[in-house]
Amino acid sequence: MSLDGACFHCGQAVPPDADYPVSVDGAPHGMCCRGCQAVAQAIVDNGLQAYYSHRTALPSTANELIPAELSRLALYDHPEIQKSFVIEEKDAAHLKQASLILEGITCAACIWLNERHLQQLPGVKNVQVNYGNHRARITWDEHEIQLSRILREIQLLGYNAHPYNALQQEATRRRAKSRDIRRIAVTGLSAGQVMMLAVALYAGAAFGIEHRTAQLLRYVSLILTLPVLFYTAVPFYVSAWRSLQSGRLNMDVPVTIAMMTAFAGSAWVTFRGAGVVYYDAITMFTLFLLSTRFLERNARERSVEATENLLRLVPAMALRIRAGRQEAVAVLDLAAGDLILVKPGEAVAADGEVTEGVSSVDEALLTGESRAVEKVAGTPVIAGSINMEGPLTVRVTGVGENTVLAGIVRLLDRAVAEKPRLAQLADRVAGYFTYILLALALLVGLAWWWADPARVLEIVLAVLVVTCPCALSIAAPAAFAAAGSHLLKQGILLTRGHALETLSRVTHVVFDKTGTLTYGKPLLSRVVALGEMDETECLRIAASLEQASEHPLAQSFRARIGNVALYAVSNAQNYPGKGVAGVVNGRRYTLGNRAMSPAAANPDGDVPDAGDGATLVWLCDERQVLARFALCDELRPEAFGLVTELKEQGFRISMLSGDSAAAVQHFAARLGIADYRWGMRPEDKLAALKALQAEGQVVAMVGDGVNDAPVLAGADVSIAMGGGTQVARASSDIVLLSEKLPDIWHALQTGRATMKVMKQNFAWAAGYNLLALPFAAMGFIPPWLAALGMSVSSLVVVLNALRLKQL
Amino acid sequence: MTPILIFLLGLAALMVIIAGAGIFWAIRNGQFDDMEGPAQRILMDEDDPLIPHRTLRGGEK
Repeated sequence: MSLDGACFHCGQAVPPDADYPVSVDGAPHGMCCRGCQAVAQAIVDNGLQAYYSHRTALPSTANELIPAELSRLALYDHPEIQKSFVIEEKDAAHLKQASLILEGITCAACIWLNERHLQQLPGVKNVQVNYGNHRARITWDEHEIQLSRILREIQLLGYNAHPYNALQQEATRRRAKSRDIRRIAVTGLSAGQVMMLAVALYAGAAFGIEHRTAQLLRYVSLILTLPVLFYTAVPFYVSAWRSLQSGRLNMDVPVTIAMMTAFAGSAWVTFRGAGVVYYDAITMFTLFLLSTRFLERNARERSVEATENLLRLVPAMALRIRAGRQEAVAVLDLAAGDLILVKPGEAVAADGEVTEGVSSVDEALLTGESRAVEKVAGTPVIAGSINMEGPLTVRVTGVGENTVLAGIVRLLDRAVAEKPRLAQLADRVAGYFTYILLALALLVGLAWWWADPARVLEIVLAVLVVTCPCALSIAAPAAFAAAGSHLLKQGILLTRGHALETLSRVTHVVFDKTGTLTYGKPLLSRVVALGEMDETECLRIAASLEQASEHPLAQSFRARIGNVALYAVSNAQNYPGKGVAGVVNGRRYTLGNRAMSPAAANPDGDVPDAGDGATLVWLCDERQVLARFALCDELRPEAFGLVTELKEQGFRISMLSGDSAAAVQHFAARLGIADYRWGMRPEDKLAALKALQAEGQVVAMVGDGVNDAPVLAGADVSIAMGGGTQVARASSDIVLLSEKLPDIWHALQTGRATMKVMKQNFAWAAGYNLLALPFAAMGFIPPWLAALGMSVSSLVVVLNALRLKQL
Repeated sequence: MTPILIFLLGLAALMVIIAGAGIFWAIRNGQFDDMEGPAQRILMDEDDPLIPHRTLRGGEK
């Protein structure tokens, strides 16, 4: 992995003035930010640098640890909170076990890193990370280490861990999976044996075999087929019976009929002692059907698990207001009558009634109704719904854990249940196909009854098996599953079934600006010293002054200054809307906009605005202006490449932003986007989107913020940044967990490739069935060849779909 | 030739039962829970920078 000019840890471009070196294996490497530096240092300090030589994918950019976040972790040590997700070992009460969801896993080396590091901690008894679903099971000794420490160590490595309780649902899923594997194993063992005996029987038919021996082989085959018929093939019967009851035939009906007739016919031949037996075809057929279905279900569950991991970010904590103070508490600790504060973009932690604030709340998770519902004082809110606009104070009426869960389950069901249009079509076609097939088999049977009664069984079987619409039915799901798991590996999560299909038709890509094309937070871009002090010193004073401030601008000063020790500030004052002031080393300084520093208004300190919409801040002492700082949101480094690539490929591009004209024009010019609009409210964005759709454009919307939620919901296909708000993620079809913009291009390509593969699959499956049918009906295909043909046809479809994984 | 055939078929049945029991045991043991991890994990050198650490701590596990 060559990372010239890129951050050694996360691979993002290193800003030109960044200086965050870490020495890995004796050689210094540059990092892009303090977060990555801290993580890389932690990795090296713990002797885990092998991670860098083994990884095959880059991690996401590390976030700096916020003290507030750390104090929240401590809550997980609370015995009351632990009750919901910690299991005590039976023989030793101080040994605890919990399941954690790990965020930020990108390749096998990440898993190794986490396992190794945690294993080194004293008190940690066992760590196991599941590669498939990124969940860890961890056992620790309570006397030696606290859970919060373990969580903190994971954060130090640049990952994020959330405890979760292994739900009923998951246990059921695991049981179902074990049952499937058991069925496949039994079928495989039985099929292997029956096949061997079948070879002997076929050879015997060709070269002569003692009747006694042939009969022995037939009876043994019969016995070996029994477990398949009465144990492993049962799901087909159940599904066929259900489809008969509902009146919509599925492909399990001919499967069941074929198996029943084949077994009845073969058993009759066995007892009578003459003729051909089809035990091999029965077992092989079952084995193949079970395996394809198992693979398909697995792929689907992988994406469900990934969605679940995401959704568990629904708060386990809430902000409780008590005696005018906010405190973070576990949702489990909330009681009826408590007041909680719900910030915009957050999920409501408990059922309750609004006491203060006006906002609209998205209850789609719970009701399926995507329109936001107005909330004012007195209206009830439901746990799990998402606050979209303003802060709300809510009086808790019930800690409805069940309601949150119900909502989560509904969202998951949507992802699984919403089949793409083409797949639905395939299901319907397969349904019709089944009717035609059954009628044809009957017809062919009658015809042969009249022509040559001895061959009826053989030929009806061949017709039923060779034309089984298996390949047709798995043509679409196989392609979607392969593409879905491929995208998931790249950090692109599909949350709705139709996403890939729509992606392939997209003609117009609409971007939000803030947080999507840009980082969405102000970065200190320019420092100009205007007085007697040099830039470094000015910066140090400014960062010191900002220590106490919670303003977003303040953080960018602290981020820029790095590890330099700050001065002590006395007499600090905060002037909302203007700036801050304080005394450093005996001198009084002010830092703020023009209103804050009258001296800055003089012409000497005035310069033309660079046009990027930067916020200018001046540092002054009592006599003069010392420095000017420009803070602005920066473009993500990959934004330009993505936009250029999309334009070259003939996509139309727009940028819709709620920001000011100057900033939007500046960024549009830098990216080469001709169609941009500024000052847009969410409803304006939605209107612009609808106008594009009315022109016949298929629109993909990329956004991240609360304000994008309605637009994301209105677009043909929507893509949300993984770091965006929960609202944005819940209302989008695709989530970029990786936060890397070029993935959008990758997703578009995958969508197109998927459609191509699916069409090939349909053509192959339909073509094969139509071609094979006349031969089978005329008696040229023996049942074993029919089973082989069916299997090969399905295999071709699956293999073709697997090509999507190599993209 | 039938007695030897019966013996061989019986032997095959025994093998099938043993194999089946083995697979069932493996499934119950959770060996099929994570189908990809072990394949990836084997590529990692578990010990290189860590050996001193681990022996100092008494080489547990």
